[in-house]
Amino acid sequence: MVEVNKLLPKTPTGIVGLDEITEGGIPTARPTLICGAAGSGKTLFSIEFIVKGALEFNEPGVFMAFEEKAEELSLNVASLGFDLEALQRNNLIKVDHVHIERSEIEETGEYDLDGLFIRLGYAIDSIGAKRVVLDTIENLFSGLSNQSILRAELRRLFQWLKEKRVTAIITGEKGDGFLTRQGLEEYVSDCVILLDHRVSRQISTRLLRIIKYRGSVHGTNEYPFLIDADGISVLPITSLKLEHSVSSERVSSGIPSLDKMLEGQGFFKGSSILVSGTAGTGKTSIAAYFANETCKNKKKCVYFAFEESPQQIIRNMRSIGIDLQEHIDNGFLEFHASRPTLNGLEMHLVAIHKIVKRFKPEAIILDPITNLITVGAVSEVKAMLIRLIDFLQAEQITVMFTALTLTTVINEQTDEGVSSLVDAWLLVRDIEFNGERNRGLYIMKSRGMRHSNQVREFVISNEGLKLVDVYLGPEGVLTGSAREAQQLMEETGVVLRTHAVTRKDREIERKRMVLQAKIESLKEEFESVTEELNKSYVEEELRKEVMEKNREQIIKSRHNGNINKSDS
Amino acid sequence: METLTNPTVNPELVSEEKWELRLYVAGKTTKSVAALNNLNKLCEEYLKGKYIIEVIDLLQHPQLAEGDQIFAIPTLVKKVPEPIRKIIGDLSNEEKVLVGLNIRPAK
Repeated sequence: MVEVNKLLPKTPTGIVGLDEITEGGIPTARPTLICGAAGSGKTLFSIEFIVKGALEFNEPGVFMAFEEKAEELSLNVASLGFDLEALQRNNLIKVDHVHIERSEIEETGEYDLDGLFIRLGYAIDSIGAKRVVLDTIENLFSGLSNQSILRAELRRLFQWLKEKRVTAIITGEKGDGFLTRQGLEEYVSDCVILLDHRVSRQISTRLLRIIKYRGSVHGTNEYPFLIDADGISVLPITSLKLEHSVSSERVSSGIPSLDKMLEGQGFFKGSSILVSGTAGTGKTSIAAYFANETCKNKKKCVYFAFEESPQQIIRNMRSIGIDLQEHIDNGFLEFHASRPTLNGLEMHLVAIHKIVKRFKPEAIILDPITNLITVGAVSEVKAMLIRLIDFLQAEQITVMFTALTLTTVINEQTDEGVSSLVDAWLLVRDIEFNGERNRGLYIMKSRGMRHSNQVREFVISNEGLKLVDVYLGPEGVLTGSAREAQQLMEETGVVLRTHAVTRKDREIERKRMVLQAKIESLKEEFESVTEELNKSYVEEELRKEVMEKNREQIIKSRHNGNINKSDS
Repeated sequence: METLTNPTVNPELVSEEKWELRLYVAGKTTKSVAALNNLNKLCEEYLKGKYIIEVIDLLQHPQLAEGDQIFAIPTLVKKVPEPIRKIIGDLSNEEKVLVGLNIRPAK
């Protein structure tokens, strides 16, 4: 870009997006032709060039209007927040209305447009203008009849503008087979921009194309642009390179059990997530949870609703336990609800662009992208989403799309064909079984992480969203009441088993106690026997002692008797 | 020629009104000089004593161009009598100038 600038100095227009396509703006000190059919935005385009120049680039400008009066012009651009009169008072802008009234004019003989030159020159010099707009100079042709003079004079005018070193925009009405009715493109050869306004399927799209830009690289595609309250925004859409930086930071989905399926940490920051499912499977709820979680972490989030109004979503989400209004009040959440048919696809893209650039969210939600199909063909929707994902990835914004699957049969390629583009794809699916419908959630893919391959039952209750392990029964996965029955059965089993275990324990305890008792009695027995034994032993001793004593006594007494007998 | 065109001149109009004419030029170019000469000649012939000619050189007074919506040079502006008319060019076509100045009705 720098090298280009060296070759050809450029003047930024200040129009969002255009300076990116042209890699810097329109050629400085040269005239640029902007052509297009009536109502394609030429005047607005050029006035914005002048106003932005005065306000943002400190380059005063002259707006020479051949169509609208100065007052009309002020009024028309006031809706964009431009105060032309104040800018004129401050000598930043000069609006000169060249009024050519055919009926007042007679032409006789030779003339030139020196009057116009002098007027323009005076206007330029009086405010030191660097920018000039001539809108629409072809009106001269309807006012004057001498074409050969006009053509020669226009050629001289453009040359003169170059000499004046002003960056000029000349607007021209599109003609039959030519870019402009009077072939102005012959005179302005440096840069030609074509504005178009196309209607297909009753949806209008404004498009811009750079037809010619001598001496500069430029995008050659048709770029959609939007005119809204802030003026013109052009969308430089196709970044053909795939070189966004990536983050390994993770963001929670807001549903802990879902995070658990994603390595316990959630999605990658800046990734794109598709939530698809049949009607009523809770896609919006998942999206709202994600929004809620983002805002709870003090990060900004934008919710683009294409189906429900914000109030409706807020009310509905209250019923599952999240209050989005609070986040809106705190400035973390913005809702943008519009019918898809409001704009063409490209316009939606431009609108999203603008909001993202302004609000700088960390996450955005598109709910649902399916409705966009009503505006464009599948391939167009896909192309738009590719560009959106490109842009968001470059900005490191996490995006969650929801998409309605129209068939109950699992459709693996589906979903506006974006499933191959997104980084993570959650599929919510009805599981019909046992006379009821339940929701099953699968992670179809999640790039760059190990993720659960299991089907989880997705339960929406007053307390919020929850993922429950599904039970595998003999007839397949069990959900809903069948799962609950199975759960109950398992719980019963557990109780029974616990019961059995405690009974056995008690038995053993009892047995132990019996044995203990037995041991005790044996001990007692042993003691009594010992005692018995001891007793007989002592008795024996005693007896022995006594007998000994008695014997001694007897012996003694025997001796004494003998003596006595002899004495008598 | 001149005598032939005389009968079509509206005598009442000519007699009552005063012509205020402004000729815008840019320097002394051949076209400007021709225009002034042609104008003087016509006025003398048809509006003798009832006209004022103001010559404005835009090179000296560029700010005056906007007021009278001048874009071509030379331009003759007739402010009075109404309606305002502009005649651009070197005024070489006498017929057209006379129509433009309401001296002679358009055919």
